[in-house]
Amino acid sequence: MAVRVKIPTPLRGLTGEVDTVQIECATLEEMVGQLEGAYPGMRERLCDESGALRRFVNVYINGEDVRFLDGLASALKAGDEVSIVPAVAGG
Amino acid sequence: MTVSVYIPSPFRRLTQNHEYVDVDGVNVAEVLDAVNARYPGFGNLVYDREHVIPPHINIYVNNHEIHELAGTETALHDGDQVAVIPAVAGGADEPTPSTALTSDEAMRYSRHMIMGQVGSIGQRKMRNAKVLIVGAGGLGSPVAIYLALAGVGTVGIVEFDTVDLSNLQRQLLHQTPDVGKSKLQSAIETLNAYNPHVTVVPHNAPLTSDNAMDIIPNYDIIVNGADNFATRYLVNDAAYLSGKTLVDGSILLFDGQATVFKPGHGCYRCLYPAPPPPGLVPSCAEAGVLGAITGIIGSIQATEVFKQILDIGEPLLNRLLLVDALTMEFRTMKLRRDPGCPLCGEYPTVTELIDYDQFCGSPPLVPIDAD
Ligand SMILES: [Zn+2]
Repeated sequence: MAVRVKIPTPLRGLTGEVDTVQIECATLEEMVGQLEGAYPGMRERLCDESGALRRFVNVYINGEDVRFLDGLASALKAGDEVSIVPAVAGG
Repeated sequence: MTVSVYIPSPFRRLTQNHEYVDVDGVNVAEVLDAVNARYPGFGNLVYDREHVIPPHINIYVNNHEIHELAGTETALHDGDQVAVIPAVAGGADEPTPSTALTSDEAMRYSRHMIMGQVGSIGQRKMRNAKVLIVGAGGLGSPVAIYLALAGVGTVGIVEFDTVDLSNLQRQLLHQTPDVGKSKLQSAIETLNAYNPHVTVVPHNAPLTSDNAMDIIPNYDIIVNGADNFATRYLVNDAAYLSGKTLVDGSILLFDGQATVFKPGHGCYRCLYPAPPPPGLVPSCAEAGVLGAITGIIGSIQATEVFKQILDIGEPLLNRLLLVDALTMEFRTMKLRRDPGCPLCGEYPTVTELIDYDQFCGSPPLVPIDAD
């Protein structure tokens, strides 16, 4: 069993409109690497030039903000659900 | 005919602090004269020099404004209630008399009032509530309409744009004949048609660091329907610095987000510490937005406002609700107050409003119809 990654609609242009991606990985860092491998351009959307998670894109593991866990070093295990949530300003 | 006249608090110094004055008269003009005879000077407050009631004074007979009736010639009957209500900028005074609900109101709101969570006390809380909506666009429309339908007494709206044809795919406040009209004017007409008991307070300017603290503190609850990051951070900071509850919502494409911020429970800066650089996250004008998602998120925001007014249920605090219309999944994420937050953290560095255009790196506000 893999980690399920929920892709928000603003990023689905990169995944060919796929909304949920299954990835085998042990950390968030690995997850980002595998996403980038499968869908080039994803890393740039999630991380800044220094490699840190962007401050207007939140990543949640089972509903918990990874900024309150270990950031990109946060551990993942089979069955976890990762949500990518970018800030949007539409009203 | 003996009728009871409600005297607004700013005029009570003339009436020895009497909130109600009972006088005789067959119509409104006679009754106002009778009050003036008993408390000289009262007439100067309700009439201008031409002996005409000025636009900032509203007079109600049994909760109907006399312009809808026969003006000062409106006939009165024993037991009628006349209320004198001066409009005060920002809605700082009572918008409607704090009297019992009329039979018209009781019928109009009966599907709410029959529920134990609302009742007549809850309905009067609705009437006394003052809610500010930032933006009369996609989100602001359903929020304003549901608030008006429910009888929220004072609905303030901040908006400076005009209605564009491309707004009509989602912005329920505006209709085809409104294209080219100011959004505020269109909103006032729509909301008055839905419910004439509601006072709509227009704020006809972009919200800025200069005017936000003159507007936001006058309201009980703030609803965010802004269409850009600079205004979203500004509304967040001004609501927090005023100690107000902020009901937040945002949309793009088929996605929506909603949450409630209350001082002590985190803020928009805790959720998103910094805005995206300009151009990195597209606006609705650039990327598109499903019209109906504005109805979903706006209805959730209106629901959270009602829960705050009525003090019922569990508010959407410390939770970020995500709606994906394509999968039709609703999920909630934990939203924590960040102790390092520059606004609401332990050692705040943002203690007054800042320059949000500079913070967001965006050009100065210009009218756009991206909302
Ligand atoms: Zn905060």
